[in-house]
Amino acid sequence: MNHWPFIIAAYGLTAAGSVALAAWSYIAMRRAEK
Amino acid sequence: MARSLVDSRADPAYPRPVPSLHALANPARFLAIARPLTPVLFWAGVALILFGGWAGLTQTPPDYLQKDSVRILYIHVPTAWLGMGGWSSIALSSLVFLVWRHPLAMIAARAIAAPGATFAALCLATGSIWGRPTWGTWWQWDGRLTSMLLLFFVYLGFIALVRAEDERAGFGGGGRIAALYGVAGSVLLPIIRYSVIWWNTLHQGQSIGLTKSTIDPAILWPLWFTLSGFTLFFAGIVLMRMRTILARGKAEARLRRRAHHVEVTA
Repeated sequence: MNHWPFIIAAYGLTAAGSVALAAWSYIAMRRAEK
Repeated sequence: MARSLVDSRADPAYPRPVPSLHALANPARFLAIARPLTPVLFWAGVALILFGGWAGLTQTPPDYLQKDSVRILYIHVPTAWLGMGGWSSIALSSLVFLVWRHPLAMIAARAIAAPGATFAALCLATGSIWGRPTWGTWWQWDGRLTSMLLLFFVYLGFIALVRAEDERAGFGGGGRIAALYGVAGSVLLPIIRYSVIWWNTLHQGQSIGLTKSTIDPAILWPLWFTLSGFTLFFAGIVLMRMRTILARGKAEARLRRRAHHVEVTA
């Protein structure tokens, strides 16, 4: 079994989740502190 | 009793009081530290994650048994650490809020909830993806996986409770029920930690410790970069969210004062 699709999926999901969380937190902070 | 007109505290000989926990947790002092610290923690975390991720994907050998899928370790372990560490911090902050009644502690607990839930969900997702090539299944209702799923639902319950208390008592109001829930939820942490010992499970046992590890150092070393990177990233996010809550609370208090002024003058 080729493991790379699973590795890419795991890393991609973590990257997407982390970027979304950071963007959401940053935008909320900027709006609140304006 | 006669009071001295001279403030003895201005005297250099007067012993300076040690700053109390309350003084250090003052929102103004907190913001003075948090504002410059937020980008430092965030970008240092991102740099460490990128380096650790790159090293984990390209600079380490595949495991003799798990082959290349072992590389999921470098993101799965930090997400599990933050999912559990996040709840430990919520429990501690809730306890501080209940004992010392300091609102900043509850603000910290509220700020940790969403990132903690996100990392608990990422831990479950990456674990499931890792399970397919190594165990032959996406999911198993065993002690470790089920208790981690429960922790994710406990996070959702905490977020819902905080929102309900906000609706009932105004933004940032109340917090006592959520704090009690925060402390009570910590009962799950030892269950998750020892689930691989107490029950027969597909999940591997404890393999990484602070002093010794059963994983070969040639495979393990990038983990310390992603682990510290995600921890700093998490701390940066929590500071952003604490600043958001403080700013919203301030804006709401200003609106309330203005509404009260209009009522009085009408």
